[in-house]
Amino acid sequence: MAELSAGEQIAELKVTPDKYLPHRYAGASGDFNPIHIDPEFAKAVGLPNTILHGLYMMGLVARAATDAAGGDPKALKRLSVQFRGMGAPETEIAVTGAVASVEDGKAVIDVVAAQGENQTIRNAEAEVAL
Amino acid sequence: MSVKTEAVGKEWPATTYEVGKEKIGEYARVIGLDNPVHFDRGAAEAAGYRDVVAPPMFCVVYSAPALGPAMFDPEVGMNFAAMVHGGQEFVWGEPACSGDEITTTAKCLEIYEKDGKGFYVFETVSVNQDGAEVVRGTWTNIVRGV
Repeated sequence: MAELSAGEQIAELKVTPDKYLPHRYAGASGDFNPIHIDPEFAKAVGLPNTILHGLYMMGLVARAATDAAGGDPKALKRLSVQFRGMGAPETEIAVTGAVASVEDGKAVIDVVAAQGENQTIRNAEAEVAL
Repeated sequence: MSVKTEAVGKEWPATTYEVGKEKIGEYARVIGLDNPVHFDRGAAEAAGYRDVVAPPMFCVVYSAPALGPAMFDPEVGMNFAAMVHGGQEFVWGEPACSGDEITTTAKCLEIYEKDGKGFYVFETVSVNQDGAEVVRGTWTNIVRGV
């Protein structure tokens, strides 16, 4: 059982995905869209280089929210996100969040994932059971 | 130009996925999860699960295949070259464990135009072998310049 109170910051999660992380995520998830794994293809469609899977970064947001709730995977009841900036491999991702409300044994946590100033996931809201 | 909306309400055939212990472990390692309930049957059972339990976001592995035919349906008519995954929501119910057989159906909830962009919203509903809802996903794709 985790104790959270409104306004509290959750523990920051910092992860630097290596060059081949998108390949491993593609294999694990089944999403082989070439914009994530083929630099030539990514550049041909106007991207600076391969980009991270949005759902990988959402996976990190889920990990941070689950950890904040005490670590049991079934504590995470709902997660909604908006994908905005593109995420790049080999760049540190910081997942930060603050507890928006606590009510009836559930907490709502507002979360952001960013690489420096580039917010790749914003307006994320996680509902966790306490 | 404007978006076509005749696919709103359309449903596509269900897909079924059998969850496996090693696939859960593979996904969990990529995300950097180290909770033994994702890798070790004894640890999962000690924590009250039927078997090794999937991380919540593992839902993309078993629910996305149902969405493929919806995304590529000419009646939906999404322009993939200009598409981005704009938003995502999941609401979880019964945990997904190794050995579960999960059936997912996809439906088109909304298609609309706003600020020159097309919004294509799909829902997936996944249930396990006992008929219990495991996850409900809302997938929003945004197409520029419709």
